[in-house]
Amino acid sequence: MNANLLKYFRQDKLPHIWCPGCGHGIIMGALVRAIDKVGLEQDKTVIVSGIGCSSRAPGYMNFDTLHTTHGRAIAFATGIKMAKPELNVIVVTGDGDGAAIGGNHLIHACRRNIGLTVIMFNNNIYGMTSGQYSPLTPVGKKATTAPYGNIDPEFDICNVVKGAGATFIARGTAYHVKQLIDIIARGLTHDGFAFIETLTQCPINYGRRNKFADPVEMLMWQKEVTVSKEVYDKLSEEEKAGKIVTGILYHDDTKIEYTKAYEKVIELARKGGQK
Amino acid sequence: MAEKQILLQGNEAVVEGAIAAGCRFYAGYPITPSSEIAEGMARRLPQVGGKFIQMEDEIGGMAATIGASLAGLKSMTATSGPGFSLKQENIGFAVMTEIPCVIVNVQRMGPSTGLPTSPGQGDMIQARFGTHGDSSIIALTPSNVKEAFDLTIKAFNFAERFRSPVILLLDEIVGHMRENVKLPGADEIEIINRKRPTCKPEEYFPYQPDEDLIPPIADYGTGYRFHITGLYHDKTGFPKGQSPMISDLLLRLHDKILKYQDEVTLIESKYLDDAEIVVLSYGGIMGSAISAVESARKEGKKVGWIKLITIWPFPDQYLLEVAKKVKAFIIPELNLGQIQREVQRATLGKAEIIGLHRVDGDIIRPEEILDKIREVL
Ligand SMILES: Cc1ncc(C[n+]2csc(CCOP(=O)(O)OP(=O)(O)O)c2C)c(N)n1
Ligand code: SF4
Repeated sequence: MNANLLKYFRQDKLPHIWCPGCGHGIIMGALVRAIDKVGLEQDKTVIVSGIGCSSRAPGYMNFDTLHTTHGRAIAFATGIKMAKPELNVIVVTGDGDGAAIGGNHLIHACRRNIGLTVIMFNNNIYGMTSGQYSPLTPVGKKATTAPYGNIDPEFDICNVVKGAGATFIARGTAYHVKQLIDIIARGLTHDGFAFIETLTQCPINYGRRNKFADPVEMLMWQKEVTVSKEVYDKLSEEEKAGKIVTGILYHDDTKIEYTKAYEKVIELARKGGQK
Repeated sequence: MAEKQILLQGNEAVVEGAIAAGCRFYAGYPITPSSEIAEGMARRLPQVGGKFIQMEDEIGGMAATIGASLAGLKSMTATSGPGFSLKQENIGFAVMTEIPCVIVNVQRMGPSTGLPTSPGQGDMIQARFGTHGDSSIIALTPSNVKEAFDLTIKAFNFAERFRSPVILLLDEIVGHMRENVKLPGADEIEIINRKRPTCKPEEYFPYQPDEDLIPPIADYGTGYRFHITGLYHDKTGFPKGQSPMISDLLLRLHDKILKYQDEVTLIESKYLDDAEIVVLSYGGIMGSAISAVESARKEGKKVGWIKLITIWPFPDQYLLEVAKKVKAFIIPELNLGQIQREVQRATLGKAEIIGLHRVDGDIIRPEEILDKIREVL
């Protein structure tokens, strides 16, 4: 690793506890590189997570960090951002943590357009609790709680947050690291709610159960099944079938960020105005 | 600001108390009979540069309250029974991670949705044992509007002093009661602020207690760069699942409150010197209790009263001493005897314990208590 980047890690906490071949470390690495790239001030950056394998990432990162309760990271982060809008508040969450138990906080944070950057590590499964299906487990795939194949249709989580009002939406993969660093960097500088879904592999609890020989095969799957938005837009309907789109999917910087909107409330209240 | 006399509702007194205590953040979800607190905070906080947010549910309200406190603001949330249940997981998180904050529960009749607009006192035990694990907590109960104001300030002071969540238990009677109250001027109010580290950031351990058992807490964003988790952790804040560190932490969380029980325990009483029986109560029916005792005194009966203000930690020792001198306790409550059981436990059979319950959404009137006194004496 680039020596410049070491300062962003709590080196005494490494090596990490993720399984060999797990994609989570790649995403954490991309996040740190993106932080460095856009030059976020280390002492003005807070990293918040819920519970899950992915949510263990903040422990390794040398910032103010908060490992909360399952699904609630965005709600804790909302309090931090409201209290000190000058902080960069980044949320690290899993597909179970953020889309299942935390789904309500996710959609409402989108609706408010509060200035958080949320990175969802999507491994299509509950890793930490050893392989139960999540809202992002594709239909037909196996999980400990779907031994005959999952029948719950999966969310396209980027569509969900779009419908809920997120103003920056992107998707990357553990395979396409350079692209991932770029889109996280763009998300970090967005003034509003930024959501980045990242495909990552859980060879232990998803791969093994769903006929992936090893982590490499899972990474190759990420390579083959994805296509960047620019290319995707030019494909025919048949060619689009089964493809997962990556890159910046949506960006709107015309909507006011929530803590800025609240500043106006304070101004009004101080003038004694009710409006 | 000089003393001023105003007509206030109990819930509004909580709002004014919070603002006076320095509360600058509120996150919650509306529920009867606590909603006036959210409404009042929405109006008052921005006037003093504070922030209000109506979250998507009570869980989020508790979470955001903790987050804002970590960023350095005195923070509060308010709710009623069903919402209080939802907050419990995160209240436990605040206990474990030692984040100062205030949780107000304006109690209504449960279980479940129960009676939304009727008074109840059915969350007394939930306040103590609602979250999982052997958590420690401070809970205070006002019995009138002025006390609602004063105890809200106390709740913030205890939260800051002990680096702990503090629960303020109202009931619908106090929440909606209106009284003319004299609010003290700012210079007459004692305000306590959390202990912040004075060491260099490199030397800071977020869970290294001082001699008083309480660790200083830094604000996020000030360069101390520390980690917080609800997992068992050592002084550095990082998980450590090794004995005896685990029990050391759990016991310290208890001891940092129990060591100061004398300071935390607030009780009022009257006529205990010659009392043969005592009416012990709290909250919105304390008025009935006092009035019944006054009537009984006029009839020449040797009866006194005790008002519990601090409910948790429970004043075991104090009540045991009283029990040694009296024949019986009469305990009126708007539940089936939640505090009665605690008194029973604390007094070791030294006095008879007589419950007086009402669980029909109505209050307990002075005559009912007087009748009970006459039955016993
Ligand atoms: C309230 C609550 N319910 C359930 C759990 C158990 N639990 C811990 S992690 C987890 C799933 C995490 O999955 P995901 O967010 O996808 O993260 P991953 O481990 O796959 O990275 C669950 C269900 C919990 N800790 N708290
Ligand atoms: S269980 Fe899966 S997600 Fe968790 S560390 Fe192992 S490989 Fe990664």
